Amino acid sequence: MIRIKCPYCGERDHSEFTYGGDASIKYPSLDASESEWTDAIFFRKNIKGFQKETWHHLNGCRMWLEVERSTITHEIKSVKPCHPDLQKLMELKK
Amino acid sequence: MTKFNAWNVFKNGLNGQTGWSRQWRDPEPQSSYNVIIIGGGLHGLATAYYLAKNHNVKKIAVLEKGWIGGGNAGRNTTIIRSNYMMPGSHEFYEHSLKLWENLSHELNYNVMFSQRAHVSLFHSPGAKDANARRYNTMRLHGTDGELWDLNTLKKNIPHLNYDDARFPIIGAAVQRRAGNARHDSAVWGYARAADSLGVDIIQNCEVTGITRKNGNIESLQTSRGVMKGNKIGFAVAGNTSLLWQMAELGNLPIESHKLQAFVTEAVKPFLDHVVVYGVGGAHFYISQSDKGSLVFGGDLDWYKSYAQRGNLPMVQDVAEAAMAILPSIGRLRLLRHWAGVMDMSMDGTFFICKTPISNLYLNAGWNYGGFKASPASGWYFADLIANEQPHKYIQHHHLKRFEQGINLDERGAGPDPKLHG
Repeated sequence: MIRIKCPYCGERDHSEFTYGGDASIKYPSLDASESEWTDAIFFRKNIKGFQKETWHHLNGCRMWLEVERSTITHEIKSVKPCHPDLQKLMELKK
Repeated sequence: MTKFNAWNVFKNGLNGQTGWSRQWRDPEPQSSYNVIIIGGGLHGLATAYYLAKNHNVKKIAVLEKGWIGGGNAGRNTTIIRSNYMMPGSHEFYEHSLKLWENLSHELNYNVMFSQRAHVSLFHSPGAKDANARRYNTMRLHGTDGELWDLNTLKKNIPHLNYDDARFPIIGAAVQRRAGNARHDSAVWGYARAADSLGVDIIQNCEVTGITRKNGNIESLQTSRGVMKGNKIGFAVAGNTSLLWQMAELGNLPIESHKLQAFVTEAVKPFLDHVVVYGVGGAHFYISQSDKGSLVFGGDLDWYKSYAQRGNLPMVQDVAEAAMAILPSIGRLRLLRHWAGVMDMSMDGTFFICKTPISNLYLNAGWNYGGFKASPASGWYFADLIANEQPHKYIQHHHLKRFEQGINLDERGAGPDPKLHG
C-alpha cells in the first residue's frame, strides 16, 4: 500500500485515491496545430524514476493532488494541490 | 539438437537418457549481425524464428538482459483467444490462434496448447447485446464464437455462483477454439527452433547505449560488448520507452503499468474452461493449470509503475471477484502472486511498425494481450523487418495513427492507458 499525505486530510492509504496521470502535461492553446495536440494527449515520457503525477482523493476530500513519486520504489517526495492558486494558499497557511 | 520423436524417446529410454543434446547453444556475441532483436521474450524469439524460417535471414541475434522468458513471458496467465473486433486486430489475433493450433508440430516442442474454450460471462442485457455484436462480427470473419444461454452455461460449468451473486449471471459468450498453453514451453520451443536455424540467443546482455550515425543506428553498447546490426528490432514491452529514449526518439503513446497474476495450491480437476468475469468495474479471469493450480488475474494496479511487484489492495479486489463467481474456491490458499510491467498504449492496441530511424523497427504496446499474440507478433514483425513493408493486417498499427484519427480502441475507453484492460 502506498501512503499519500493529503495536504487537507493527512496521511491516507492510496486505495482512498484514484490515479490520474502525468502532471507534467501542458495543454496547448485551442488553435494550436494538430500535432501539438496529438503530443499533449497521446504521447508520454513514461519516466522510470521520480515523476509528477495527479491523484484524486476520491474517497476523502475529493481534491486533485500533484504527487511526486518514484515509479520504481513508489517512494513519495511531495504532495500538493494541483491548482496553482490553492498551492499558494497552502503555502500561506504554513 | 536432438529432435523429439518416438524413435529418440525409445532409444534414449534404453541408453539411460544420455543421447539428448542441449536445447540451444550459449554463443559468444559476434561483433556484427544482419538483424539484432532486443528482447528475448516470446515476441523477440518468435520474430527471430520467423525471420530465419520464413525469410531465410542469416546472422540474427536476440539480446536478452536477463534470461529468456524471465519477463512478461513468465508472468502472464497463459490465455489464448481471438475474440477481437477492430479491423486488422481481428485478423491478426485469429492468425495468431491458428499458429498456436499447429505450434507444437511447427517447433517440434510440446507447447501444451489446450483448446478448452474461453467463456466470458455476462450479467446484463446490455453486455449480452454487446457480446452478440462482437461475436457475430467474429463469425462473419470466419472465427468461431457462440452465445450460451443460462441452461447451457449451467450444464457446462455447474459450480459458478448462480444462486446469490450480486450481479446475477445470465449467460456467456464463448470461443471454443480458445484456451491456454504452457508459457515456458512456448519460450523454450521458439528458442530451440530459432537456435537450430542459426539464431544466436545471447542472455545476460543488456543494451546500455545506442550510437546513431547519419540518422541510422550504427551500433549498440551492451553489457557484453559493442555490436553492430544492419537492422535493429525492439521487442521489450514494459521497457520500450527507456530504449526509445536511449535512441533519442522522444515520447511514445505508451505508459508502463503493472499487472498481477495469482496461483493457488493444486487441486484435482475442477475447472475445464477459461472463465472471464467483468462487471461494475471488476475484471477477473481464471483457469486451471495442468498441475492443478488455479491461475487467475484481474485489473492493473491502477497507477504507473516499473516495479515488478504488486500491491495488496488489488489482491483483495481479485479475491473478491473470485469469490463473487466461484465461492467454492474460498478455502484455497494462494501460493504465489507476482506482477509484470505492461506497455499500456493509448488505445489499447499494439504497435508493429517502422520508426523515424530507417534501420530501427518497433514491436511494442501489447497491453494485457501479449502472450496470445506472440506467434503472430513474431510473424508480422519478421515480415516487416524483412520486406520493409507492413502487411495489410498491421497497416494501421503504427505511431502516427493517433494524429491521423485512427484509434484502434477495442474497449472504447479513450486515451488513458490504464483503462485498456
